[in-house]
Amino acid sequence: MSQPVIDLSPKVSDEIRKTTCYMCACRCGINVHMKDSKVAYIEGNRDHPVNQGVLCAKGSAGIMQHNAPSRLTAPMKRTGPRGSGEFETITWDEAYDIATGILKPIRESAPEKLAFFTGRDQSQSFTSLWAQGFGTPNYAAHGGFCSVNMAAAGIYTMGGAFWEFGQPDWDRTKMVMIFGVAEDHDSNPIKMGLGKVKARGAKVYGVNPIRSGYNAVADEWVGITPGTDGLFILSLVHELFKAGKLDLDYLAQFTNAPVLVNGDEKSEDFGLLMRDKDNKLMVMDRATGKPAAFDAKGVKPDLAGSLREAGISHRSVFQHMAEKYLDPQYAPEAVAERTGITADRIKRIAAELADVAFNQSIELDREWTDFRGHKHTKMVGRPVSFHAMRGISAHANGFQTCRALHVLQIILGSVETPGGMRFKPPYPKPPEAHPKPHYGVTPGQALDGPHLGFTHGPDDLCLKEDGSPARIDKAFTWENPMSSHGMMHMVISNAHAGDPYKIDTLFMYMANMSWNSSMNTRGVIEMLTDQDADGNYVIPNIIYSDAYSSEMVAYADLILPDTTYLERHDCISLLDRPICEADAVADAIRWPVVEPDRDVKGFQSALCDLGARLGLPGFVNEDGSQKYKDYADYITNHIRRPGVGPLAGFRGDGDDHGRGDSNPDQLDRYIENGGFWMEHVPEDAAFYKPWNMNYQDWAVKKSFFDKTMPYLFNLYVEPMRKFQLAAEGHGTRQPPDHLRERIKATMDPLPIWYSNEDENKVDEYPITALTQRPMAMYHSWGSQNAWLRQIHGHNPLYVPQRIWDDNSFSEGDWARVTSPHGEITVPVALQKALNDNTVWTWNAIGKRKGAWALEEDAPETTKGFLLNHLIHELLPPKGDGLRWANSDPITGQAAWFDLKVRISKAAPPAHNQSQPEVEAQASPVGTGPSKLAWKVGK
Amino acid sequence: MTQLPTHTEKKLGLVIDLDTCVGCHACVISCKGWNTENYGAPLSDQNPYGADPSGTFLNRVHSYEVTPDEGAAMTVHFPKSCLHCEDAPCVTVCPTGASYKRVEDGIVLVNESDCIGCGLCAWACPYGAREMDRAEGVMKKCTLCVDRIYNENLPEIDREPACVRTCPAGARHFGDLGDETSDVSKLVAERGGMDLMPELGTKPVNKYLPPRPKDDQIDILAPFLETVAEEPTGFLGWLDKTLERIG
Repeated sequence: MSQPVIDLSPKVSDEIRKTTCYMCACRCGINVHMKDSKVAYIEGNRDHPVNQGVLCAKGSAGIMQHNAPSRLTAPMKRTGPRGSGEFETITWDEAYDIATGILKPIRESAPEKLAFFTGRDQSQSFTSLWAQGFGTPNYAAHGGFCSVNMAAAGIYTMGGAFWEFGQPDWDRTKMVMIFGVAEDHDSNPIKMGLGKVKARGAKVYGVNPIRSGYNAVADEWVGITPGTDGLFILSLVHELFKAGKLDLDYLAQFTNAPVLVNGDEKSEDFGLLMRDKDNKLMVMDRATGKPAAFDAKGVKPDLAGSLREAGISHRSVFQHMAEKYLDPQYAPEAVAERTGITADRIKRIAAELADVAFNQSIELDREWTDFRGHKHTKMVGRPVSFHAMRGISAHANGFQTCRALHVLQIILGSVETPGGMRFKPPYPKPPEAHPKPHYGVTPGQALDGPHLGFTHGPDDLCLKEDGSPARIDKAFTWENPMSSHGMMHMVISNAHAGDPYKIDTLFMYMANMSWNSSMNTRGVIEMLTDQDADGNYVIPNIIYSDAYSSEMVAYADLILPDTTYLERHDCISLLDRPICEADAVADAIRWPVVEPDRDVKGFQSALCDLGARLGLPGFVNEDGSQKYKDYADYITNHIRRPGVGPLAGFRGDGDDHGRGDSNPDQLDRYIENGGFWMEHVPEDAAFYKPWNMNYQDWAVKKSFFDKTMPYLFNLYVEPMRKFQLAAEGHGTRQPPDHLRERIKATMDPLPIWYSNEDENKVDEYPITALTQRPMAMYHSWGSQNAWLRQIHGHNPLYVPQRIWDDNSFSEGDWARVTSPHGEITVPVALQKALNDNTVWTWNAIGKRKGAWALEEDAPETTKGFLLNHLIHELLPPKGDGLRWANSDPITGQAAWFDLKVRISKAAPPAHNQSQPEVEAQASPVGTGPSKLAWKVGK
Repeated sequence: MTQLPTHTEKKLGLVIDLDTCVGCHACVISCKGWNTENYGAPLSDQNPYGADPSGTFLNRVHSYEVTPDEGAAMTVHFPKSCLHCEDAPCVTVCPTGASYKRVEDGIVLVNESDCIGCGLCAWACPYGAREMDRAEGVMKKCTLCVDRIYNENLPEIDREPACVRTCPAGARHFGDLGDETSDVSKLVAERGGMDLMPELGTKPVNKYLPPRPKDDQIDILAPFLETVAEEPTGFLGWLDKTLERIG
């Protein structure tokens, strides 16, 4: 019998265009295969530093996103009431006229009346420049409701954090421990890394209440009780102190452990770090027994140091740590019940960490010189590594928990050493190298500096002269003094309440605030549609930009339609959220691999047009004409500091990298190079970067900073102590009395753990309810994707065996889930691999009828649901008449995962419709086709 | 009835590592993308934006919970596609000869122009690995990317199935399981690779590497850390001595 003859070498495509994915925030390189000028197939780019050829489900499904029926097609003006989804199509000129008509008078009279918040923006260094030019202090992206605790704790403690700032040394580590890692951050690199680690047979620990995804493949799963990670970590710290399993040499040389703390209770400086006359941090020198500057040549900082002066002992940070962490409150026996981890298990994990760090250490034969001028012949590594994300940060104790994790890494000597955690350029950077927040408003002029930054004490807070918050979101106030990413989740609530003041226009980009991106979804919908006695909207104007027909579109008065990610220019810039790897500095672009077939425009290009029409500094030439004709023009020609622009590669005549003049052919050079630029970190600069002068010199050459800036890791975060001192009554800038006790209690300069359960009424609502993002879906975007929604079209509430049995649930049942704030009725499913006291569901699968071009009976809109209805942006009232934000009191991070509920069996709702049901919105784009067979080639 | 070859020159197939698969579905969608654009009819979707969407997929990931007698429940992600069996019942049941197993490499394919869409093969496959495309009315199945693995229009490094090329965790391996010296055969030998439902006698070529033992490393004899001090004063005494010693 003969076999059919088949073509084994069919033509794959006419051309491959290499750009950057935008199916999530991971930003992998992709090869877009074109046939007949259409997108035919998308695969990973093998040369790209982030994904090295692999690509996740979202990335491969990009073709369905690019062609999604939910794409907006033209600018629109609202015709029906807010929320109805009724619009008329207008031209871009009309759209700009409307926007200018609203914004110009605001800018000339009171720029703060514009609140410009840009959601999941990947162009923050550009959008913030626009907002600065406008002059409003009210700008941020979505960090405050995402993972600011992780980012800020990392920066304040060690000058870098996880994900975009650092990663485990996947090639050398002998043990990885991941805490609360959302399955989408940082998507492909974590999977690649875990694959490498497991191929070597090294151990992976998963600390997570839910055993799915990465935790499913972990060799050991620690099904911790949510919100207690800090307690578990500090118990490990306790065990390591008790056993003296600490990297004393590392702590003495590279951290502020030996720095002296002022012990004079009567002093204004009590608890601050001591400095010499040159303002240098002071340590005791073991060589001389005398105090010395920490960085003096030849000094041997004494961890056990103390200085007795005028009858007062000033002790080292390390002495304070020993006292704090040897306390029996952190003993494994004391934390076992609360964390759900047995004392023996905590002891064993501590023993394993110590064994790997100290008995299995690594040495690389690479010479390097530290900032004290001391030459090292080797790079010694402690091959235990950690990664963590939202699971530990989205709690009101998240900042201190993230700090605790970093302290654990540091006492093991595993940060920036082989096999441990490594920073990615342009990090590390000391916290002082970042800007401070600015809020100086002058009508008709630019803001006095960048909006977001790092506060180092009460003087840096964004407070008006009368002490009231300068920003609409109340970031950088006594309520959340270190809110480095702003507080997007409070903007609408505060704007509606007129607290601290009323605004005129809410301008947003890529943020689904009327649905899954807000706490208290129903409440936010009411705020967006609320009218005053005269029938005017309480929030007068809403301008919104999105590429797709999201739930938020219905609440805007004016829509600026964005493009898909394959139709636009973008830069993934070192000035922004970089994509570097530990061994390489890199940046990348997106470029229109296809031109839009609709009347849409990249949002950043629209801002170039709008900025020129408003005459914003930085967006007009001296003669008043438009400075950048579009975003590509900005990317190529904008100069941030001399020789430094948005892209670091191919500058000058094309051969300058890092610093150089702008190059008109720069984007073409990126395209020729596969859409990115990359340069490797020299071998002798690859570890110990904060202290390694080989790295420091290279970093200056590459433009990460303008002068070398070695620094010590901050086990003790002095700025926190400054806020405490104010709360104790020192200084001229004083917190309001109702916040004093909280500031004293939470702003401990050494990591602590505290519970927020009582504030969330744990006695009545004993179960924690969580969400997770699936690996094959990104926020709301996935459900418009014909392929991905076949994987994640349903989101039952997953319930552990104990709660399942207690309620006599069976398959197909429904449950009523009640929190202090609200109630939902939703389908349940049993999951045994789940912490006993936790329920959870997939994030953002639930959709509103009429959104995302889905049909009204799509499962996302019928059985799908949001936990957001149960979470309020404020804590339950305490009877003091005050509005207490449901946020971390230090950073303002939205405390999504503090949600406490009770659960009971419910009768199936009518039509098997999850409750509450939100009425449909009209779809400005209709619904998608009933059949698909997507083949573009012949 | 269609005959199977008595011998194939190679036994090309996949080795899937269940210890490493995180269940991300990258392989599922990469397969969907490649095979929509390539071999035979596109993989269609019905009700793609409505209730109960259903499309043709040649590879799907299932997730199971395993509850051991002692210890915590585990989650196992299990990707499944055609196993390219040596004794493939889907081939012998085919009334038109459309289903066949290639002599060169053992890949089981459907010649779509001869397929009448009767569905007998899907019924005969004990693994549920074949899917009828409802738009085209032909049977679809994993081709092991036969149009990639020999494709001279692709760089040599890319001549592997789309699912293997894309797998972020490196949980999928491709090669000749008939050759004992191949990397995939060595991996199967090292890790105790297994057949899926061997009792059926289908002799699958694809192999699964079982999850390594988990959570069982609580060795009660393993030493906990030795205490040097219970409280701060003792700790500082120990610290002083230690610092003296290390200079």
